[in-house]
Amino acid sequence: MSDDKTETLKKLPLDSWHRSLGGRMVPFAGYEMPVQYEGVMAEHLWTRENAGLFDVSHMGQVQLVGDGAAEALEAIVPGNISALGVGKIRYTLLLAQDGGILDDLMVTNTGRNLYLVVNGATKHDDIAYFKAQLPSHVTLSHLEGHGLLALQGPKAAAALAKLEISPMQPDWPVPADLYFMEAGPFMWGDIPLGISRSGYTGEDGYEISVPAEHTETLAAALCALDEVKPIGLGARDSLRLEAGLPLYGHDMDAGVLPVEANLNFALSKARREEANFAGAERVLAQYPRKAEKKRIGLFINGRQPIREGASVVDADGNAVGAVTSGGFSPTLQKPIAMAYVPMALAETGTEIIVEQRGKPIACTVADMPFVPHNYHRKPKL
Amino acid sequence: MSRYFTDEHEWVDVEGETATVGITDYAQEQLGDIVFVETPEAGAELSQGDDAAVVESVKAASDVYAAVSGTVVEVNDALEDEPALVNNSAEEDGWFFRLTLSDKSELDDLMDEKAYKAFVDGL
Repeated sequence: MSDDKTETLKKLPLDSWHRSLGGRMVPFAGYEMPVQYEGVMAEHLWTRENAGLFDVSHMGQVQLVGDGAAEALEAIVPGNISALGVGKIRYTLLLAQDGGILDDLMVTNTGRNLYLVVNGATKHDDIAYFKAQLPSHVTLSHLEGHGLLALQGPKAAAALAKLEISPMQPDWPVPADLYFMEAGPFMWGDIPLGISRSGYTGEDGYEISVPAEHTETLAAALCALDEVKPIGLGARDSLRLEAGLPLYGHDMDAGVLPVEANLNFALSKARREEANFAGAERVLAQYPRKAEKKRIGLFINGRQPIREGASVVDADGNAVGAVTSGGFSPTLQKPIAMAYVPMALAETGTEIIVEQRGKPIACTVADMPFVPHNYHRKPKL
Repeated sequence: MSRYFTDEHEWVDVEGETATVGITDYAQEQLGDIVFVETPEAGAELSQGDDAAVVESVKAASDVYAAVSGTVVEVNDALEDEPALVNNSAEEDGWFFRLTLSDKSELDDLMDEKAYKAFVDGL
């Protein structure tokens, strides 16, 4: 089978490495990417117990340089970027002028610039929006020459410590000293690495930015460790679903506002008071609990998963909401899902009906995360 | 007993007027870890090409179409407790349902084992 679409797909720096390991390649975000190697279930459980290596080089890595870059970025994100300390990371949202969510992203203050990681499927639109919205004295660089690897799982720190990675300055922290949502510049031999203690699986772990030509050397060195196996997109999706983390383009999009997406934590207090980000009036009118609908978690009665696109229905069978992600939780060994429901149905424990292929399926609104987060957080003093 | 195959990766074992239907080893391999199988009800009348069953993996749901027309007489209840039977024994213990054939001439359009193997090798 061949179609024209396949030929326009781009290849990742690790393309041949994935294939040599038996990765099954599928189209995703404009790239051919490995959906699985040995199997989604085994890879998922391995990551929850050991450490998994994910190639996320399809994601967009962007630098913003220039005086006032943080303040300029704050015009289109609701996070408190100007207060972000050096080496700290913030999860935030890229907002359209009407407050709709254009993307979700990580922003790091490296001390020299802002380093952003945006979703692969949206990166070109994001960059065009940045260029249109940011003042000319803020320079944007798209780091297309860099790969990005995520090492995730309870043994990620022990595994990474086996590679001889040094901080840029001898008295700076080593990777194991970073706490969740902290980052720094490092050297692995003569290869420069940007390492963040972050990820999107709910586990402890790192995201490592590496020059494209060295991505395979690093991936191979990590996978040579007993703790580490390569993990595909399939398990990445089931891991983030268990962690209650929304996937852009599925669990939120430009038609959804932050409060509806259940992302109130991304609307920082200082920025709510300033109320000067794109769409602030519309976004804040819903804060904290005045939206008409909300993203919630669902447990499903029985063993059959419900999938994206299934309808939440009322007693008369009218659609009142929609499932945006659904699958089988390998950790809990039962189906779980995310859905948008009216506020009246959003309380944990509420019993609702989802209709899938004409069949009603009983579900219960559940707290998220479905599986507790296992982040390496800085102890609170 | 003769075994037939479809280009939708189902197998059909025919004994007299009764056909046993399942998905092939190639299909289970492509689907990955199977976590649920929705089988038809006994008594259901299926026409060739109808939706007959749904196979759910961790990530996705896949339809299984009726390879041949007939009346469902038995479903594999073991799949309810152990859907992984389809992964472990797709072409034997992991069968989906049995039906009484209503039109045996439909079998003429299906592949034999050799033709199916050539079909899969060409994918």
